Amino acid sequence: MNTSQEETDAPYNFAYLDEQTKRMIRRAILKAVAIPGYQVPFASREMPMPYGWGTGGVQVTASVLGPDDVLKVIDQGADDTTNAVSIRAFFAKVAGVATTTHTADASIIQTRHRVPETPLEAGQILVFQVPIPEPLRFLEPRETETRVMHALEEYGLMHVKLYEDIARHGHIATTYAYPVKVEDRYVMDPSPIPKFDNPKLTNSPALQLYGAGREKRIYAIPPFTRVESLDFEDHPFEVQHFSEPCGLCGAEGVYLDEVILDDRGGRMFVCSDTDFCEGRREAGHRGHLAAAMEEGA
Amino acid sequence: MSVLLDDAPLLSVDGLTRFYGPRIGCRDVSFDLYPGEVLAVVGESGSGKTTLLNCLAGRLPLSSGNVSYRMRDGVVCDLALLGEAERRFLMRTDWGFVHQNPADGLRMNVSAGANVGERLMAIGDRHYCNIRGSALSWLERVEVPADRIDDDPRGFSGGMRQRLQIARNLVTAPRLVFMDEPTGGLDVSVQARLLDLIRALVADLGMAALVVTHDLAVARLLSHRIMVMKAGEVVEEGLTDRVLDDPHAPYTQLLVSSILQV
Repeated sequence: MNTSQEETDAPYNFAYLDEQTKRMIRRAILKAVAIPGYQVPFASREMPMPYGWGTGGVQVTASVLGPDDVLKVIDQGADDTTNAVSIRAFFAKVAGVATTTHTADASIIQTRHRVPETPLEAGQILVFQVPIPEPLRFLEPRETETRVMHALEEYGLMHVKLYEDIARHGHIATTYAYPVKVEDRYVMDPSPIPKFDNPKLTNSPALQLYGAGREKRIYAIPPFTRVESLDFEDHPFEVQHFSEPCGLCGAEGVYLDEVILDDRGGRMFVCSDTDFCEGRREAGHRGHLAAAMEEGA
Repeated sequence: MSVLLDDAPLLSVDGLTRFYGPRIGCRDVSFDLYPGEVLAVVGESGSGKTTLLNCLAGRLPLSSGNVSYRMRDGVVCDLALLGEAERRFLMRTDWGFVHQNPADGLRMNVSAGANVGERLMAIGDRHYCNIRGSALSWLERVEVPADRIDDDPRGFSGGMRQRLQIARNLVTAPRLVFMDEPTGGLDVSVQARLLDLIRALVADLGMAALVVTHDLAVARLLSHRIMVMKAGEVVEEGLTDRVLDDPHAPYTQLLVSSILQV
């Protein structure tokens, strides 16, 4: 589904933002890359979409995007949901860049709440949309205090949250936005990705950029950076496990979405990453529900 | 109460002065506090007791004077020269601070166990069962029922909250504890039990304490030495029994004679 690059006739500067704004954001990104996991404040702009729809990610993408880039946008792993479709269309219009749904073909991937299943490669940039960048926020509401805590590496409070989980549920019940420590220094919120994706953050050959538009913060994980999920010695970090493979492509060891089929309790589990699932089906993999779905359609 | 006093002071205060603009918070306060000793600071409200406490605990900057503290390794440090990181580390390991209102010293939205365990996690304990074990034994010591460990302190009574706050502070075995009206706002029977508890803990753990109170009975029960303040200055200082039974300064005489007799 690659669209060819075309001359843009929209009355906007390339990629919507003016050049001075992009310079300002690039400076913030450079600082973020230089201090992995540190939240760099930046002068977030109003974007033509509401806060919470990815204004931070869009500004980061706009600042790193060049005319030769190929853009992929996913929302909860899917290329065809509202948020993904409209952001992709937005950049196709204001920057005239090529877009794709194939992870391997993309040079920039903007994502909400997932890391693609296909391993990323050197040269690719993953841009996360972040609602609340401060991992300590729910325990310490004062920004002045959380900044001091980061500066002095006072991260005991983060474990208080995990302690509470174990005390209440018997295990660490945090399943998304699971806090990580970057390169043994800053504790960071990896945005609301499922903790299933946390192991993909460490030593990734791709550059990972995080943009929070409403909270006006940018942070980053440079390629080949060590990222550890916080845990207790006697309650080590674990990812989710699924009891059955993807109903459409039969993939195992991937993150699955539960899809309700009817009002009599029928359900199926399918890959959350639609591009990965389609790729496997094209390669001939069949899940146990694939035939039934094709018949119904 | 008999204590074994070391010969070198733990905390040494010299000419401590704090102004709020042109107004005096406290002026020219000097004293030494020895390991295992409990010093009470008494006086009417507005006499500068809390200002003094906050200056000592590093919560307020001094206008002049200096405060030095003998670390665990025996090195004497000027607190004003300590970096913020070191001061905060000291605050959560070697020191404790018991607030008058427990809500100021506790995290009200996390469980009692996590409140007690927070300091342990802050100094790097990463073993859930050990942290919970210490929390349980401390709750038992301060007489909070073990089955309340997973309840948050919003559901606790005033006395229980205060005892929880004490446990939270003492879990790292601090050598110096600051207490600001620890029994303020509690009814008398609860106050009596809390005083018993503090007395026992101070004697068991051999820690030094600086207790700010306006209640002379609390001072008599808890402290070895007493310092009387008025309008920001120390008017009298001495052994507790001597000051309360034979007050020299006119203000202390007034204070002692103002106690209601039942």
